[in-house]
Amino acid sequence: MSDLHRIVITGIGLTAPNGNDLATFRANLLAGVSGVSPYAIRYVGDTVAGQCDFDALRYQKRKELRKGTRAGAISIYCANEAIADSGLDWENTNKSRVGIYIGTTEHGNVETENEVYNISQFDYDLRFWTHHHNPRTVSNNPAGEVTINMGVTGPHYTIGAACAAGNMGLIQGLQQLQLGEVDIALAGGVSESIHTFGIFAGFKSQNALASHEDPAKASRPFDTDRNGIVISEGGAVYALERLEDAMGRGATIYAEIVGYAANSDATDFVLPNPERQRECVLAALKRAGLAPADIHIVSTHATGTKMGDIQECAAMRDIFAGCPDTYFNNTKSYIGHAMGAAGALELAGNIPALNDGIVHPTINVDTLDPECALPNLVVNTPVKVDKIDTILNNSFGMLGINSTLIIKRFIS
Amino acid sequence: MTREDIAQAVIDIITDVVPDEDCSTLDPAVALREQLELDSMDFLDIVMELRKQHGVEVPEADYPALATLNSCVDYLEPHMKDK
Repeated sequence: MSDLHRIVITGIGLTAPNGNDLATFRANLLAGVSGVSPYAIRYVGDTVAGQCDFDALRYQKRKELRKGTRAGAISIYCANEAIADSGLDWENTNKSRVGIYIGTTEHGNVETENEVYNISQFDYDLRFWTHHHNPRTVSNNPAGEVTINMGVTGPHYTIGAACAAGNMGLIQGLQQLQLGEVDIALAGGVSESIHTFGIFAGFKSQNALASHEDPAKASRPFDTDRNGIVISEGGAVYALERLEDAMGRGATIYAEIVGYAANSDATDFVLPNPERQRECVLAALKRAGLAPADIHIVSTHATGTKMGDIQECAAMRDIFAGCPDTYFNNTKSYIGHAMGAAGALELAGNIPALNDGIVHPTINVDTLDPECALPNLVVNTPVKVDKIDTILNNSFGMLGINSTLIIKRFIS
Repeated sequence: MTREDIAQAVIDIITDVVPDEDCSTLDPAVALREQLELDSMDFLDIVMELRKQHGVEVPEADYPALATLNSCVDYLEPHMKDK
């Protein structure tokens, strides 16, 4: 592969329910600190959720926050943090060669719900419907807000990909760099989903909304007592560059993205299809030129639903049979399901393993579901291993969208 | 409401719409947009809040009447003096 087609990660900005920067996020993953807490929302009442407490005023004025959306604010925070982390000379960067690619599970529900509630207070008189509704709810809003905030004049759009969106945002950024469309991609995913009651109500009606007397234990993939999804907000945006550009400026390179794949189940609105998941992972491995045994960490998608966890484990068990150096973990057990941010956040939490050699566990597994048993599934306690050079990150979503991303330690 | 009450009501709305601005030293005779970073969407926010909070409907043709704090009060007084 030519250097033009080799894409590397040079900056990471994130907000997760248990950390507003990579170092804090990683420390809490290693310490077993959950970010899930009590939460209440209109009509649903008391529930649990992953809530973020990043400093929104670090990069925005109060008026901008008032005008924009939560997804926009999360995107702006993460994108600015990614650039700061990258060491890029932002002031002198050609902003027309920067692209913004933000994955979202959904967008517009929050604002629409709020406005319907608002006009309900005025006898549904549409004179009280806000003029901010359309710019807040257009699908490109989160990425567009970043361009206005950062003066980026290159392309921007969101990638709607259900809960695979974080990975898909990164894949889009990578592809645009490979095509030469941009020189810097700010790519990843965001979620504002905890601010829409419809997401909670929808999962509840689907019998897929997690509950537990201790919020920190509500998200429990692979445990026999798991009872659904904890909904979370958050975001992770990566600065991606072509290898030659990154090396040319002496950038610190987190890792190289060496493989990816996306496919579709073509079978059901909500039920996963392990065979298509398996094909997706195998396609990513093929693109990376790696064998299953070359993967050191598999960051699972598992959300804490009965069937979804079992089916992903079945697919992974098949692919990674006889791979003694492959370890499995899960990050949703700490932060819940950050929807459009999930893939990008979960990958980010694992990236420091390339340096510290530790696989963070999946927490809240009191009794492992035998159908979720995987060799080297890291449960409740971190594991120090001899070598971590590769990480495979799964993200799957409704309507049967599957995505897999593979990163590799970059050695000059 | 007195003219002072109406002026304060307008200032309260503007303060909410542009929270980063200092509205304590506004010159009531000078155009608001010359003293504050008010864009067209902000202006529509002010119109909306007058509607929501005080039941005053400002038709588009009358928007110029809201140019200064003084002109706001002049325009709003007939609508708000009995509230």
